[in-house]
Amino acid sequence: MFDVEKIRNDFPMIRNHPEIIYFDSAATAYKPQPVIDAVADFYNYRTVNVHRGDYPLSFEASRLYEDTRKVMKKFINARSEKEIVLTYGATSGLNIVAYSYGHFNLKEGDVVLTSYLEHASDILPWFKTCEMTGAKIEYVPLTEDGHLTVENFEKAMHEGVKVVALTFVSNVLGYELPVKEICRIAHSYGAIVAIDGAQAVPHAIVDVQDLDCDFLAFSSHKMCGPSGAGVLYGKYELLDKMNAFLFGGGANARFDKEGNIILKEAPYKFEAGTPNIEGTLGMKAAAEYLMNIGMENIVAYDRELQKYFSEKMLALDNIEYYNPKADVGLVTFNVKGIFAQDAASYLAANRIDVRSGNHCAKILWNAIGATETLRASLYLYNTKAEIDRFIEVLRDITLEKCVGVLL
Amino acid sequence: MMDTELKRAILIDHYQKPHNHGLVEDARYKMKHQASSSCIDDIKVQLDIEGDIVKDVRFDGVGCTISTASTSIFSDLIKGKKRAEALEMIEQYYRLLKGEAGDYEDLEEAQAFETLYAQPNRVKCGLIGVEAMEELIRESYEK
Repeated sequence: MFDVEKIRNDFPMIRNHPEIIYFDSAATAYKPQPVIDAVADFYNYRTVNVHRGDYPLSFEASRLYEDTRKVMKKFINARSEKEIVLTYGATSGLNIVAYSYGHFNLKEGDVVLTSYLEHASDILPWFKTCEMTGAKIEYVPLTEDGHLTVENFEKAMHEGVKVVALTFVSNVLGYELPVKEICRIAHSYGAIVAIDGAQAVPHAIVDVQDLDCDFLAFSSHKMCGPSGAGVLYGKYELLDKMNAFLFGGGANARFDKEGNIILKEAPYKFEAGTPNIEGTLGMKAAAEYLMNIGMENIVAYDRELQKYFSEKMLALDNIEYYNPKADVGLVTFNVKGIFAQDAASYLAANRIDVRSGNHCAKILWNAIGATETLRASLYLYNTKAEIDRFIEVLRDITLEKCVGVLL
Repeated sequence: MMDTELKRAILIDHYQKPHNHGLVEDARYKMKHQASSSCIDDIKVQLDIEGDIVKDVRFDGVGCTISTASTSIFSDLIKGKKRAEALEMIEQYYRLLKGEAGDYEDLEEAQAFETLYAQPNRVKCGLIGVEAMEELIRESYEK
């Protein structure tokens, strides 16, 4: 039984700011008490480095840290915890793939197939990899309303494509991509598939074995964990053959003065430097928190909110609404005649926090024809009453009122 | 203090019907492209400076009410002014946006931004076009 009031009580931000309607969880999510406790527990009782000291606390901290791999393995149904690289977030995971896989496997003329839906983090690393290797970028055409269909993907796929780099859920439109079919088709051409899971993992049931993707990167902070932590999932046979991205302590087994380096095995070879230990412990607590509630319950509630929200939005005639068919609780729109940031300032004056701008997807305007939009994004702690209040404010918005909050 | 209703009317008027709007193709005009790093405004400003006089100002681009209105208002303000006078008005305007007390009568309609300092995340919107004008005037001295 999904009890949103009980869930809201787990989040100190909601208790401490009952006046704010927070509709920006696609940017970052609020943190529940168990996550905060996990971080504080490290600071209060176990502030030591991992994988180092010959004393009980270090051993204990290392054990708790390594346990994160087991929890995250369960969370995305990986085969083994050796497939869980602990990172600093989706961006660092995607850069590891672009560098450690891309630089060493792509050559001139090879193609990286991606889309206009991508966040900067999933496309800039591939731009750079292509610049270094002579490979080139191609885009899967989107449908008129911004969907990436199996049919269009199949048409865009060819023998030259070596890497498919796509998001799982668009951070602007909230559409889920048919990743399972994409993987099947890409693999039939011998290409590998790297997925940006930053928006999907908090809002969908992600089973990497079922999807059969080769890589999946995601961030802790969008799934109620601390920022600066995340996971890169990779199939072990790929991780095993890849070079490291960052070099340093903790990731090498041996080196000598001639510069010979023997790296540790995956996933450790990708984890040079002291990690974000407390952030990673917080991410573990976040995954446990979400699994305790049940991802299937979270997903069902998210879809229920989306449906409720979209029906209300469609009834407004002063709104340009871009994604009524979103698969997650994410509403992207403009108020007719009002610039996105002016509308966002007005909503903020009414204590409703949304994002305005291009949401780091700076090539998506090619598809939807709007360079800047407002985005209201929901999570498990949002309510229908908050949506009602949002709609009420939006219904009465005028340019005069928007300017008024600036005077 | 300027009357709130008057301020509102000035901003909406300049936003909906910006003055000196639309770029020209003319070698006498120098251009600055302001694509703010922290927001979505993307504005181009052109100045035709002849001798010591700012002869004409043109601008175009995508902007919010504040950036569009402030650029429009300042295009009126500095047009026909000597460079030093225009720079002095721009300096005054910067003080206004910092919330410094003072006499800002010379800024005419730009006084509508007298309380913008209270919205720190929007001050940059009020600066984007005017800073372009300042840079273009300063660069004109270098030749």
